[in-house]
Amino acid sequence: MALWFNKHLNTLMYTSGALLVIGLVFLVLGYSVVRDITFILATLVAIGPILQRAWSALTVKSFSIELLITIAVIGALIIQEYTEAGIVTFLFLFGAYLEKRTLAKTRSSIQSLLDMAPNVAKVMRDGEIVEVDIDEVEVGETVVVQPGGKIPVDGKIVKGKAQINESAISGESILQNKTLEDEVFSGSVIDTGYIELEATKVGEDTTFSKIIELVEEASERKSGTEKFLNRFAQYYTPAIVVLAILVGFITQNVHLAITFLVIACPGALIIGAPVAYVAGIGNSAKKGVLVKGGDTVDRFAKIDTVIFDKTGTLTEGRPSVTNISVYNDMTEDEMLALSASLEQVSEHHLGRTIVKEAEDRKLKGKYSEVTDAEAIKARGVSGIIDDDHYYIGNKKLIDEQHIAIPEEIINDYISEQKEGQTAMFVVKNDEVIGLISIMDRIKEDALEAVRTLREHGAKKLVMLTGDNRYAAEKVADILGLDEFHAELLPDEKMAYIENEQNQKRKVMMVGDGINDAPALALSDVGVAIGHGGTDIAMETADVVLMSEKLKKLAIGYTMSKSTFNIMMQNTGIALITVVLLLLGVVYGYIHLASGMLIHQASVLAVIVNAMRLMPMNRKENEEVSAKEAAA
Amino acid sequence: MKTNLRTDDLTCPSCIKKIESGVGKTKGVSDVSVKFNLNKVTVEHDDTVKADDLKSMVEKLGYPVKSVNTFA
Repeated sequence: MALWFNKHLNTLMYTSGALLVIGLVFLVLGYSVVRDITFILATLVAIGPILQRAWSALTVKSFSIELLITIAVIGALIIQEYTEAGIVTFLFLFGAYLEKRTLAKTRSSIQSLLDMAPNVAKVMRDGEIVEVDIDEVEVGETVVVQPGGKIPVDGKIVKGKAQINESAISGESILQNKTLEDEVFSGSVIDTGYIELEATKVGEDTTFSKIIELVEEASERKSGTEKFLNRFAQYYTPAIVVLAILVGFITQNVHLAITFLVIACPGALIIGAPVAYVAGIGNSAKKGVLVKGGDTVDRFAKIDTVIFDKTGTLTEGRPSVTNISVYNDMTEDEMLALSASLEQVSEHHLGRTIVKEAEDRKLKGKYSEVTDAEAIKARGVSGIIDDDHYYIGNKKLIDEQHIAIPEEIINDYISEQKEGQTAMFVVKNDEVIGLISIMDRIKEDALEAVRTLREHGAKKLVMLTGDNRYAAEKVADILGLDEFHAELLPDEKMAYIENEQNQKRKVMMVGDGINDAPALALSDVGVAIGHGGTDIAMETADVVLMSEKLKKLAIGYTMSKSTFNIMMQNTGIALITVVLLLLGVVYGYIHLASGMLIHQASVLAVIVNAMRLMPMNRKENEEVSAKEAAA
Repeated sequence: MKTNLRTDDLTCPSCIKKIESGVGKTKGVSDVSVKFNLNKVTVEHDDTVKADDLKSMVEKLGYPVKSVNTFA
């Protein structure tokens, strides 16, 4: 029965609507008996699905708005208000129909993201390619992806090359060239080319699955406002029902009593906030910005202080060795090979840069054997080669070890630092023998992102970094930040955030999500950049930017602001409707049909309002195509 | 076992309670959660419960099911 009603819902609605129109024609013509009959018919046609839902809710012992409507309509028929009964039932179905159509629009971003999930995989088994369900792929298996195909799991390319669209992950449709050894992600699509990959993460462990899980959770997580409105609705509906019964008994005015029933469910109030959040969160997610729920949207929108980490956040985080000064009889390559030998223990990006440079110069064969190698946190490394004791590190390390630096080297050091380089000392037995300079470029879109943040209300932009003062100053200068603090230890960053919060500032911390995890957790909104550190970042951060582009931060911020505004507008619309309906009914201006009309109109109003959050990309697309046309 | 049911667009949050309590009473079902914004019903259950039964139950409550996925 339920299925039959669902299947013929629209037919019933149209029939009921047509009958109403016929009735109105007869009303104008003056045939009141015919009018009554068509209105009764319209009511009976439309009440079916409503009655069915009311009943199915009752069977699981829950009250529903359908039950209230059914009672109201039966009441209206009894007191011979056929016109009202007909219009109320029709409007209820018609409103629900429009709601469904429009709601689907607000959810389309999330839905389309979910639809990007791959279903099947082509796997190499016993030398043959077999197609299997996505859940059957195992780690280590070789997966084949053909042109136009969707990559089913996370993996590493073992054969072939391809141009890959990773928009499911990063929200950007720019094609990436990937070849041997490169990492690829589930959900991406191969544009041209052919690859075979070794599965490294499958099923629910893939980056894409994690994104989906996170977005799903986010779309259901209630904000404070939502919880409050739900509580309000929980008391409001029973209160109005009790009121209706009391009014009915005391005044014997059945018409008034059933009118209360029609307005008892504050639909716009219940749906106004979630519809805004789901549109905003869905749209952000599609652009590669994962916001973890309505409560995060609220906090994100209120941020006035933004704290950036430097390396990998404002800068590209892919530093390169730009200069090597040697102060003894070694060659540049010898100095580099020696430093790289020591830096092999380092997890720090600067140490890694030195090792990478040495490898690029094919010096790996010339490494020395190091004993007692040790990384010194936030300072550098130390180790012993052939009974000589070495340090490589920043000035802090050198000062702490009370190593004297000759004036010539200090001058070199200062001039390097002033150019924005990070210079590291190489020390052999307490004597400085070399200076290695490393440079990390500022991200292309950093300036624009900073500007957008300011335009949309971020008042204080600060950079906190463990890096040296000169390098920091250069970056802060170029980007026009309000403040920067350099050479900080992780706990000093935490102290800074706490201090800002104590001054009633709403602080957002932006970092790579690995080194900054505690700071991200402490701040009002923690933003992790890039999906490189996926697992940790996704757990600690409130917002995850799925690419290294800083403009994502600006997108997330403006999107949260508009989502928050629309949520507030919707709440306003809903509250005003509740008050108007109540007063209107009490003072006799609003009756059954008009009550239902206003109720349904308010529900539609909040949904349509939330739809404004959707087409933000239309303008962007136009800009892109305009640029393409120009090029 | 876990079964995900994708339904037609859910329009009123009140259906959450309806589906949760309706399906939740079934023997062998340990947890039901309705994801209103995703039109998705997630049911945790043991192997005495068939996915098809869950489907017809949700449909009987008035919500057509578009797809059913069961995971071990």
